[in-house]
Parts: sequence; C-alpha cells; structure tokens
Amino acid sequence: MAGTVASEGLTLELMRGSASRRRKERLVRGAFYGSAFLSLVVSVAIVLALVGEAIAWLTKIDLGMLWADGWFPRRDEFDILTLFVGTILIAGIAMLVAAPLGLGAAMYLSEFATPRTRRLLKPILETLAGIPSVVLGYFALAVIQPEVVKSIFGGTGAFSYLSAGIGVGILTIPLVASIAEDAMFAVPNSLREAAYGIGARPRTVAIRVVFPAAVSGIVASLILGLSRATGETMVVAIAAGATGGALRTVNPLDGGQTMTGAISSLAIGSDQVRGSILAFPSLYFVGLLLFVLTFLLNVVSERFVRRVRKTY
Amino acid sequence: MASVVATDQVRAGVELALRGRKADVRGLLFRMLLVLTLLLSLLVLVVLLATTLVQAWPVLTERGLDFVTSNTSSLASRAGVRQGVLGSFILIAFVVAVALPLGIGAAVYLQEYARDTRLNRLLIANIRNLAGVPSVVYGILGLVVFVQALRPITGNAASGRSYIAGGLTLSVLVMPILILIVMEALRAVPKSVREAAYGVGATRWEVVRSHVLPYAAPGMFTGVILSLARAFGETAPLLLVGAVTGYLSTPGGRNLFEILQGQYTALPTQVFSWTRLPGEEWSANVAAAIVVLLVAILAVNLVAILLRNRYERKW
Repeated sequence: MAGTVASEGLTLELMRGSASRRRKERLVRGAFYGSAFLSLVVSVAIVLALVGEAIAWLTKIDLGMLWADGWFPRRDEFDILTLFVGTILIAGIAMLVAAPLGLGAAMYLSEFATPRTRRLLKPILETLAGIPSVVLGYFALAVIQPEVVKSIFGGTGAFSYLSAGIGVGILTIPLVASIAEDAMFAVPNSLREAAYGIGARPRTVAIRVVFPAAVSGIVASLILGLSRATGETMVVAIAAGATGGALRTVNPLDGGQTMTGAISSLAIGSDQVRGSILAFPSLYFVGLLLFVLTFLLNVVSERFVRRVRKTY
Repeated sequence: MASVVATDQVRAGVELALRGRKADVRGLLFRMLLVLTLLLSLLVLVVLLATTLVQAWPVLTERGLDFVTSNTSSLASRAGVRQGVLGSFILIAFVVAVALPLGIGAAVYLQEYARDTRLNRLLIANIRNLAGVPSVVYGILGLVVFVQALRPITGNAASGRSYIAGGLTLSVLVMPILILIVMEALRAVPKSVREAAYGVGATRWEVVRSHVLPYAAPGMFTGVILSLARAFGETAPLLLVGAVTGYLSTPGGRNLFEILQGQYTALPTQVFSWTRLPGEEWSANVAAAIVVLLVAILAVNLVAILLRNRYERKW
C-alpha cells in the first residue's frame, strides 16, 4: 500500500494540496493509529490485571492449600489439579465429538459437495456457530444428560462431565469445520489433477493427497478447537454441575469443576455469604492459568497456519 | 474449486478407463460417512431447536407477549424477560457506540496506513491472540478495570456493576474479532481502486473514505452484524462484571447517564440464572427465554448471511 503515489517531485507537490488538507490527513491518521494501539493497551491491561491480582492472592495463601482432595474454595482448599483434570476431561470429550464431525464435514464440503450444496450447507453450519453457549448449556442439561448420557452410559446425577463435554464439542464443530475446510480448499487443484491423472479415486485423492497437503491447517483447526473448548464457560457452568466445590475425579460420568466453571461459580457466589475471604480472589489465579494455557495453544496453532500460507 | 468442470471431466474420463465396470464401493461408503458427519452436525441443530420449541410451547402460547413484557419475578408463572431484552439491547447499543468506531479505525490503520514494521506486525499478532482469549478472561479484566478501578465512572450506587461496566467489557471483547473481520473486508478491495484514486490526487484519507470503505461496506457490514450477534449471546463475562442473576428492581435514574450507571441484567444471563432454579415451570421458562434469544440472534445472522450472499463480489 505504501509508495503507490507518483514519485516526481513536482506532481507530488501539486497533489498534496493545502495545509488544512494535510492537517486533516494527519489528524485522521493519528486517530486510526490510536484505536489500533488501544488493542495493545488492552492486552497489557489483561496481563497486568491477572498477574497483579494472582500474585497478591498467592502471597496471602499457604502454598499447601494448592494441594488437596478437591476444589473447595470456601474451605480454603484450592486444588488446582482438580480444575486441570476437569478441564482436560471436558476439552478431551469435546474434541472426540468435534474432531471427527468437524473434519468430516469439512472434507465433504471441500472435496465432494457440488457448489450448490456448499452454498446451502455452509450457512447452516455458520448458524450453528452463532448459537450462544448458554443455549448449548441448557441443551446439555435438559437433553444430552437425560436422553443420551443416562440411557447409554448410565449414571445417576443430573450433571456430568460427559454431557458438558458433548455440549462443548457441539459448539466447537463449526470452528473446526470452517478452518479445516479453508485449509483443504486452499490445496491447489494441480495436486488433485496430478493424482487423478495417474488413476487415483476421489477417496484416495481426499485421503492421500488433500489431507496431507492441508495437514498444517487441519492441525491448527484442532488446536484452536481445543483452545476454544478449554475456555468455554457457560456449558460447563450449567451442565457439569459443581457450584462451589468438587472432588477430584477422572470419571466422565461424575459432575465436577473446571477452570472456567470455577471462575464463574466464584463470580456469582460473590454476593452470597462467603466461607473464606480467600475464596473470591482465587478466580484471578485460575484466570491467569487459563489465559496462559489458551495463549500457548493459540500461538502453536498460529505457527501451523503460517506453515500453510508459506507452502501455497 | 476454480476449475470444477475441467477436473470433473478429467476425473470422470480417467475413472471410467481404469475402473471398467466395477463400482467403487469403498469410495461410496467413505463419501456416505462424510455426508453422515455433516448431517449429524445439522441434526444436532434441528434437535436443539425442536426440543427447545416444544419445551417452550406452553409458555409461549399461554402467556404470549406477556412473557416478553413482564419483569423478572420469583414466581415462575409471572416471570418475564423484559429487563433482559432491554438490558441486552442497551449493551449492544453500547458496543455499537464504543467498539464499532474504534474497531473500524484500527482496521483501517492496520490495513491501509501501516507499513510492514515490527511494531505493526506486533499489533496484528497481538490482535489475533486477543481474538482467541476466552471470554471469561475478558470478564476478569472488566472486573478489575471497569468495576473496581473505574468505579467512580461506572457507578458507585451499583458498586461498579453497571451497564457501563458491562458494555465496556463486551466492547473490549468484540473489538479484536471486529478488527480482523473488517481488515479482511478491506483487503478484498483490489489495489487498482486505490491506485486510480491516488492517480487523480486523492490523499490517503480521501481514498479510504470515498473508495475503500464504500467498496468494503457489504463485507464489513456482515462481519459487524455477526460479531454483534456474538456479543448479544455472550454470558460468561457479564457474570463477572455483575449482570444481576437474581431479582432486579426496575431501574431508577433521572437521566440517561444515571440509568447507565445502574444495575442491569441481560437476556443470556437470565437464561443462565433460570437454569439453576428447580421445577418444570422454570424449565419451560428457560426454553421460552431461549426461543426469544435465538429468534433475535438467528434473525440477525440470517440477515447477515443473506446480505453477504447477495453483495459478495468477485474482483
């Protein structure tokens, strides 16, 4: 975009026009720059807010409180491992749902669907992406848990990691599908034609040619999906079931707490009677861990995306 | 696929020659499997909409508009979503007023003005990362900055948990996504349009205002609507910056600023708080509130998608 203006001195002077015009130009540029710079301010504010409050909390507690049988902030038991295990359980279940469905849908849309089907189906998938997470939370609680989880896997409670995980997975499908589809669609046709030229079938082309060529983008879509699933809050808050505390468990049929779930239940519990003054500010520490975790996932997936861009 | 016709002809010809009369059963099965994954995803959407509608039906038919025009109540049969709907629309208006100009400005700078310097690359990478930060983390930011540090502005009476705090938090949350979408719309405007304008002596701002922005408008519009719809359905950050989850008295205030400094709730927050109440009646209320929420969001999404399909142009 730079350097498109003609470079002869005389014409440039003529084109510049009056001083007021130039002043306006500078003002507008400054305003735009300011709004772009604001994003950096926001990131710094996030990091400072989280780090500052988290350190303030850490200095007040006994570090032994970070290791217990479960996450019971009102009893001063802040077992981070409980939240970590819960988060990994939910994100893992979500990816078991979102990876096959999202990648399958992406491959169909990119490799097999006619342009007309694409035009019809993509908006519907985008509609799914627009559904608020609180709705999926209700769906997980009212439909997935009683109708799917209980009837197939058993279990007694009204809440479970499994139903919340499936709900989060459904939310993640459109994200995985759209990024993976972009990656497969971007594979040049010459590769497909070369494969067809030596007699490959559509299935072989899809699996052996397009998939490997797009693998960076596909991995990126999965990592981004994982990051989204890790940060998803409302489905967990509604359907995973632990308000307040939870025991550490690896059984997906149990209810329990995750990092995001812990933050939200601390937040809404703040106006009630608190068991401990240390309980509420622990959400800053959990928030910091969540931020670092998702940040790392996003950076890794960005790496993969850049690899795709370089190749083609 | 740019050359669908050519590829299909090549494929069909070669296939026929190689395959002879044998049908490619496994290929067909694979294709069916892929269709199945897609249909399953769509089926989820259908089941979700259908069950919600069925659950909500008694409330919607018996109470009708009364449900939308009633305030919250501790009685399930009298509780309505008026305050939530109102609150959500005020929050969105706030986002439009704050995030829209800033987001478009930032996108124009990064796409039209910025040279490829280290700082600018850092800005873009940073915005990408901000777009991936979980929304609940923005809630914590809002809690620390808007609710606690800026309490005199956001309203002492509501201890900082006001419309202003909620609206600012949602604005900060939406901005990175908005910037990325607007940048993409600007990028789609071909260079030649800009060069023609520079050629007749326009300054950079004149080029942007009268050429780039109008051409990019349809794409920008779609992106803006989609990100506003996202803000409309966002719940987690509002829990942290104090959208009221229980009973809410009707807001008082002499002028607009005082109302904005008051307590608030939002439609998705109401949905969430009602899911925690026991009993069939509340469950039906939740479903009915979700129907109201989805009607608003899906209608807006549909408009955005139709607009894009209508005005999408290939250069």
